[in-house]
Amino acid sequence: MFEQYYPIAVLVLLATVLSIIVVFLSRIMGPRRPTPKKSAPYESGMSPIGPAVRRLPIKFYLVAVLFILFDIEVIFLLPYATLVRELGVYGLIATGIFVFILTIGLVYEWKKGALDWE
Amino acid sequence: MGDIFTTIYNFLSGLLVGWGASPIVADAIIAFLAAAVLATCVLLILIFNIWLERKVLGRIQDRIGPNRVGPYGIFQTVADLLKLLTKEIIIPSGADLVPFFLAPIIMVASVILVWAVIPFTAKTIGTDVNIGVLYLAAVGSLGIMAVLLAGWSSNNKYALLGAFRAVAMLVSYEVPMILMLMMPVLITGSMRMGEIAAAQPIWYAFSMPLAAVIFLIAMTAEVGRSPFDLLEAESEIVAGYQTEYSGFAFAMFYAAEWAHAFTMAALIATLFLGGWRGPGAEQYPTLGFIYFIIKTYAVYFLSIWSRGTLPRIRIDQVMSFCWKFLIPLSLILIVLTTLADKIAQTVLMERFPDYMSTASLVDMLPRASILLAVNLVVGALAVWWIALLGRRERQRQEVAISHLAPVEVGTATK
Repeated sequence: MFEQYYPIAVLVLLATVLSIIVVFLSRIMGPRRPTPKKSAPYESGMSPIGPAVRRLPIKFYLVAVLFILFDIEVIFLLPYATLVRELGVYGLIATGIFVFILTIGLVYEWKKGALDWE
Repeated sequence: MGDIFTTIYNFLSGLLVGWGASPIVADAIIAFLAAAVLATCVLLILIFNIWLERKVLGRIQDRIGPNRVGPYGIFQTVADLLKLLTKEIIIPSGADLVPFFLAPIIMVASVILVWAVIPFTAKTIGTDVNIGVLYLAAVGSLGIMAVLLAGWSSNNKYALLGAFRAVAMLVSYEVPMILMLMMPVLITGSMRMGEIAAAQPIWYAFSMPLAAVIFLIAMTAEVGRSPFDLLEAESEIVAGYQTEYSGFAFAMFYAAEWAHAFTMAALIATLFLGGWRGPGAEQYPTLGFIYFIIKTYAVYFLSIWSRGTLPRIRIDQVMSFCWKFLIPLSLILIVLTTLADKIAQTVLMERFPDYMSTASLVDMLPRASILLAVNLVVGALAVWWIALLGRRERQRQEVAISHLAPVEVGTATK
């Protein structure tokens, strides 16, 4: 167990350290002369109007909810895929029901227009 | 003749034990060194890849491409990197500093992490975890987090809107991508990347062409390459989530994007093109490494090609294509493949006792032909269906403009 994940832990550490070093290096090597105009958020040359973090269309959240549903489905299917041989016909039927229920959900969303991007 | 990686390992291990380290400590040190070399190589090979891409794109667009710095302009990327390193990182006012600098770091790290489970030769793999494919899915999603962090912390409307659009697209295409990751797992019966590569005397791209094509499309979207380059649709949202990044923080996003494209090529090569497999690769693992590199660059070239020739598609088309076409298609493909495989297994087990075996090409033939048949039938039906939809849409548009009187040529200006 430990031997399997040790290289991944090392890689996480190295990738993070490498990236931090690079960012620091450029902070040292690059100039730092901020002016109010320079550090203003880019808005096509205009002065920024209002706060940047504002309400966003509901469709983005809809996609996020749909994604959570389907991602969980898919992640549950992955372990089944490794055990297809052992589980036999029983597993096939059980997974079939599982996929069928989620497919009904997809068809319902489709008919409701949740998949249309306005 | 041994494997080059095993030789190096044996040499280092002997050296360290000779110096008085216990074998466990020696292993740990070698793993650390290997990880360092791997991470550095992934980033260093970018210098070549970016040059290659710019050169090929130049040729596609009837230009020469970079040709000033070094022979054939090969050091152009080095010059660019040095320039970016000495530029100021402008921090926008009101930016959330921690996520602002965390985003590029996570972005680069998430791409490097994928390489931990890619088998380079028959024997060499960073770490053959028993949940390799699940690990890929998990690590791949980290990049999406970075996009959202970058857009949210920049305090910029374009960045936020770009990040939301990018995340909507990335999470959508994650679903067909993971569904198609399942196909090799289903056939191999293991999530280990090493076993998936080893179980392909017949490449999965030949036995499951439709799955390979869907995976290629979904991965292209995940990487954000044209025709799915909505992440930085410069004509609409300036530069998307990276609008406020400058200097080396920007260079890191840039590097992560390129590294991601190359990683995608390596993944497709491993999962669907047999990874290190090729004539003589089992006896001479070093040869396998060469095959792996050739396949990876072949897929990478395909992605440069698509980038150079395909136009960008609209966000609503991107989303509809995923939810209304790719996901149902992938679900149907998976269900039918599982059923056909199961039925064929029970029916053909007596005639072909080696039906499930992946030891040799001949053993795999019956199973591969059944998989190929399912893939071709589903693919043909999908193409027929989408052609029908296109025809209907065209007819609808023709009806909509049919009340307009046709204008004769030459009379319009009178």
